[in-house]
Amino acid sequence: MSPAGAPGRLEVAIKQKLFRAASGKDLHVLGEIGFALANGEVAALVGPSGCGKTTLLRIIAGLDRDYQGTVSLPPHCRLGMVFQEPRLLPWRTVEANVRLAAPQASDATLDALFQTLGLAAHRNHYPGELSLGLARRVALARAFAVAPDLLVLDEPFVSLDAALAERLRAELVELVTRRPVTTLLVTHDVEEAIGLADRLLVLSVSPARIVATVPIAHPRAAHSAEEVAAIRAAIAPRLGSAKA
Amino acid sequence: MPLRLISLAALIAAWWIGSQLAGERLLPEPQAVAMAIWAEARSGALAFNLATTLARVAASFIIAMALGTVFGLLMGRDRNLDRLGDPWLVALLNLPALVIIVLAYVWAGLTETAAIAAVALNKLPIATVTVREGARSLDAGLDDMAQVFRMGRWVRLRHVVLPQLAPYLAAAARSGLSLVWKIVLIVELLGRPNGVGFEIGIAFQLFDVTRILAYAFAFVAVMLVIETFLVQPLERHVSRWRPRTA
Repeated sequence: MSPAGAPGRLEVAIKQKLFRAASGKDLHVLGEIGFALANGEVAALVGPSGCGKTTLLRIIAGLDRDYQGTVSLPPHCRLGMVFQEPRLLPWRTVEANVRLAAPQASDATLDALFQTLGLAAHRNHYPGELSLGLARRVALARAFAVAPDLLVLDEPFVSLDAALAERLRAELVELVTRRPVTTLLVTHDVEEAIGLADRLLVLSVSPARIVATVPIAHPRAAHSAEEVAAIRAAIAPRLGSAKA
Repeated sequence: MPLRLISLAALIAAWWIGSQLAGERLLPEPQAVAMAIWAEARSGALAFNLATTLARVAASFIIAMALGTVFGLLMGRDRNLDRLGDPWLVALLNLPALVIIVLAYVWAGLTETAAIAAVALNKLPIATVTVREGARSLDAGLDDMAQVFRMGRWVRLRHVVLPQLAPYLAAAARSGLSLVWKIVLIVELLGRPNGVGFEIGIAFQLFDVTRILAYAFAFVAVMLVIETFLVQPLERHVSRWRPRTA
């Protein structure tokens, strides 16, 4: 593991995040959240839906600066992000969407990315002509094309059918294996988290805190049903107690 | 298409019947107007006056659209600027075109600058309001995306913001063009020594209906050509990414 301050290291020390609701009342979205990711580490945030996972990602991505605490990204950190929705520019082709986000990416890099993600035949299509699964792959391609130091994924495979989500997870594993990148993944699917991450960070209901940290013994390798069940059993009471 | 042609033929026939009933002086026959257009065209006066008027239309249209886009974008994106600019906008929107034209001529003299400024000022508030509406409906998700991927200002404007504004810009351009050329004629009538509006003013003083119709039709024809060969192809190009729907 790299020492502190190495490229790709992410340190999060959030004290709290309030959200001003339409009624004028303050909602306490995030409680005290502190963790650090070493260079190349993949962490998965799991937690009940509505617990503030997306809010946390927005803060880390620099999209929300209205919070108490600090988030330190390495200087000149290049960020690659996959949002819950693909968020492509509908008026630009698949290739243009990727190139606009990653103007410095070489043709060879893009060719390889499109090949890996099965997008080679769709380079000149507009996003409106793609299925949701393909659009999500374009979003993945865009995030990888920038050669990110930090990759942030917000439920990237939600609302896809199981087989397709499985394929895309395999493609993601291939990409982070080929070029290790510090990655923070949000998911509500514990199995997905176990399959992708080095470490699970389990969040409570809002105001979210980290209630458990679960290291995965053999990250991104096949996990037997017993292993998965054991991890599930370990974090289920945490999620459960948080709900109570 | 045949329906359109039949309808057009019916219009000309009605015109001819009308001219028989009303008399040559009030409503000349279609062929008399055609002859007048031909005569003006041969003398070169038609082309000169049309070009002069078109140049004024183009100048004031471009100024109004450019400023309207900038103001609309700023006001749609920034709530404080919106509050600051709104009273001005409401005042301008409700000021009659004629008042703006007359004041422009009084303050700046009977000059080309005053004429073009007056037309642009008439069009500006409507363009601003339309673009502001578009700027208010910009997709925050795409904004976030552009910020995360550190897209530069120019890239954002060109590839993220302007395509979202395109339908609003097209609406502003369409309504703007038809408004601008009508106001240009009034500006020319009141204070310019040439152009279609000036010619129509002269014809009015001489009670020369043939000449009025000749210039009016020639000008409408030019605007139709611009609409068909410039505005419509541009709109098709801008919306090429939209999936074809029924």
